[in-house]
Order: sequence, then structure tokens, then C-alpha cells
Amino acid sequence: MLMELTHRCPLKCPYCSNPLALDRARDELDTATWKRVISEAAAIGTLQGHFSGGEPMVRDDLAELVGHARAEGLYTNLITSAVLLTASRMTELAQAGLDHVQISFQGADAEVADPIAGLRNAHAKKIAAAKLVREAGLALTVNAVVHRRNLHQLPAMIELAVEAGAQRIEVAHVQYYGWALKNRAALIPTRAQLDEATIIVEAARTRLNGILTIDYVVPDYYASRPKACMGGWARRFFNITPSGKMLPCHAAETLPGLRFERVTDRSVGEIWADSPAFEVYRGTAWMAPPCQGCPRAEIDWGGCRCQALALTGDAAATDPACGLSPNHALMAALAVAESTAAIDDFAYRMIS
Amino acid sequence: MLSRHVRFRFDEARDCHVLLAPERVIMPDPIAVAILERCDGVASVGSIADDLAAHYAAPRAAVLADCLEMLNDLAAKGMIAS
Repeated sequence: MLMELTHRCPLKCPYCSNPLALDRARDELDTATWKRVISEAAAIGTLQGHFSGGEPMVRDDLAELVGHARAEGLYTNLITSAVLLTASRMTELAQAGLDHVQISFQGADAEVADPIAGLRNAHAKKIAAAKLVREAGLALTVNAVVHRRNLHQLPAMIELAVEAGAQRIEVAHVQYYGWALKNRAALIPTRAQLDEATIIVEAARTRLNGILTIDYVVPDYYASRPKACMGGWARRFFNITPSGKMLPCHAAETLPGLRFERVTDRSVGEIWADSPAFEVYRGTAWMAPPCQGCPRAEIDWGGCRCQALALTGDAAATDPACGLSPNHALMAALAVAESTAAIDDFAYRMIS
Repeated sequence: MLSRHVRFRFDEARDCHVLLAPERVIMPDPIAVAILERCDGVASVGSIADDLAAHYAAPRAAVLADCLEMLNDLAAKGMIAS
């Protein structure tokens, strides 16, 4: 379960996974409702609770919610920009039983990172916060989102993770939904940049075996098979938005014609079990050829519905990341055209 | 012993043990569960193998090989702290 506690955030990253239409503070679920949601999720067998946003640390009740999730048996993970992390809040979160912290880094130094985050001094605050996490004895993952403006710093970002005492780094190429889709031309790397990044990651994995785990997410615009988005629609993941909508993936609101139920109207277990928006792409029955009957249908589950919609206009189409999709060539052509054009300015994330 | 960020517990909903780590859920088989239940931060791999070999009346060399294989795999994933 991914809990987007809020859409408020001091950063303005142009690839933010939040929707373009952001929830306002006054529409956020209250503490009691979040606690009920956590209990209901635990009751249906949810194993992990990821506290995210926006910036989850803008919520004063974060430690209370972490403590509740921990008491319900969930593995608790904080996904944060860390610019608001102070020593006292770190102590409070550690005492609440937080298992793990993920800090996003936008580059390897302030000169590259701060203009991407759209916040001065953000990078220095993150370095200081990483130290607080390690001093509190908690495990740390560095989230490094990479794209054409910072890929040249990938080796330095991996070093930063080692020096920060992280056990794990996620090197994630931007996935093009929401704000990232809007900024795709400013972010998408060339094929040569991608190949170089993959070589760097492979070499670092060998060199840092047992020291740093490297998880690597490739941009599927250059792929020949789609990713199993969310591990398959409504199979193992759900997201709760700040205002309480329950979604099978965090970009699902881009899909037209689906009505997402609210946890204030029905329980997490009921929505998970039979909400039409969860049922519509669950399993394989909804698939058309070439997915229907494909031996990989239960491996990649047809790829990503939001990407299929964004690039083909049909949410039930085969993800064009798949080489068997009739739209595959179009996707590759888009990537080549945009990645080799002059770099666009960013449209920074903001509440409109 | 298990790394601080890894949790090992029984899950009622699935009726099996689970190992929980960032972005990872592992469902260990019964042999792995027996090994993990003995990883208390004190017992050596050798003494875990002794205990398991006696408990299951199995050849110690094979048990030790199983233990090493599983623990090395978890160590490579950063899930075991020595």
C-alpha cells in the first residue's frame, strides 16, 4: 500500500509521479481515517506500508501513523525528499518503529540537483538528513531518478549512496506519466545515454556486491518488452490519494471512464475485492490480441494501461513498449526524436 | 542475524512466513524458515547446521550446504548482517 498522505511538497521536481491536478491540504484525510485505512489494509493481508506524498513529513501526524502501521504488522517505509527531516523528528519516527527511509536525490551535487528540485539548498539538506537516518540506526535507500539532465552524474550518485551509508540505491529512469509526461522532451535520454548508464550500473553491481544493492528501472521507451506495471493491475498494489481515493496505480486517474471509490465510502477490503475500477484490467480476460493468448500474458500482464492510453489513445491496448504492439515503432520514434532535440525548459510541478 | 531493515514474521492472511525488506517480499520455503528461525545474532552457521541436522535427522554436510547457500543469497541482497 502506497499512502500519499499529502500532495504538499517544498520541491517542484518536473517528473513528479503525482497527478497534474493536485489535492489541496483542506481535502486531506484526517488522522483517524488514515489509521482506519491502515488497519483495514492490514486485515486483508497488506504487508508493506509506504508513506509518501507529496512530502509526507509536512503531516504532523506522520509518526503516529507509522506507529499505528507498525503495530498492525506492516513493514513501514518513508519515501521523502528529506528537506524537512530534523534530529527530533528522526528520533520520533525511529521510536514509532519506522523500518526504512528512502531519500530522493536529484543529482550528485547542489549545482545539478537544486535546479531540478526547484529548491535552493535542497541537496545540502538531503546529505545532512541521510546522516541523521544512519545515526538513528535506520536503513537507508537513495532514490536516484535519472534523466538527460543528470545522467552524466550517475557514477557520482552511486558513490554518494555509498558515502551516505545507504544499503541500497534505486537508479530509476524517469517513467513518463503525469508531470514527467508533460516534461518528457526535457527529460528523455538518448539510446546511447541509456546504454552507458546500464553499463555503469552493471559494473557498480559487481564492484559493490554485498555493500550496496542497486535496483535499476529502465525507461521502457527503449524496451522491447513491457514492464509488468504494478506487478499487474490490482494484483498486489494499491494507492490511497491524499483525499482518500483508492487507485490500482498512482497514475490511474488519467484513465477516462473509471470511477475510483473513496475509503471514506467503503472499506479498503471491499474496494480491493470488487470495485469496478479494480476489476476492469485485473487478470487476462480484458486483453485483446496480441496480449490475449500470448505466453507472456501472465508475466507482464499487458504492461502499463496508462502508457497504452497516453500513446495509443486506448487504455486496453497492448502497451506500445512491447515489440508486438502495432504502435511500438511510434514509441521508439518519439524517444529518438525528443531525446536528440534541443533540451526544453521544465514545467515545474505546482498546484494550479 | 537479519539486517535491521529486514523483518521476518508469520502472515496470517497467506498462512506462511514472509521476509520483508524495502520493495521486496520473500516467501521462504520450510527449510529456509527453519534456518531463519535460528538466526538470532548469536548462533554460528555451524551451530545452526548442527541443530537442524539433529532436529531433522539429516546429514550435517547437506544441511550446512543448504544453510550457506541460503544465507549467502540473503547476504548478497543485503538482508543479512554478519
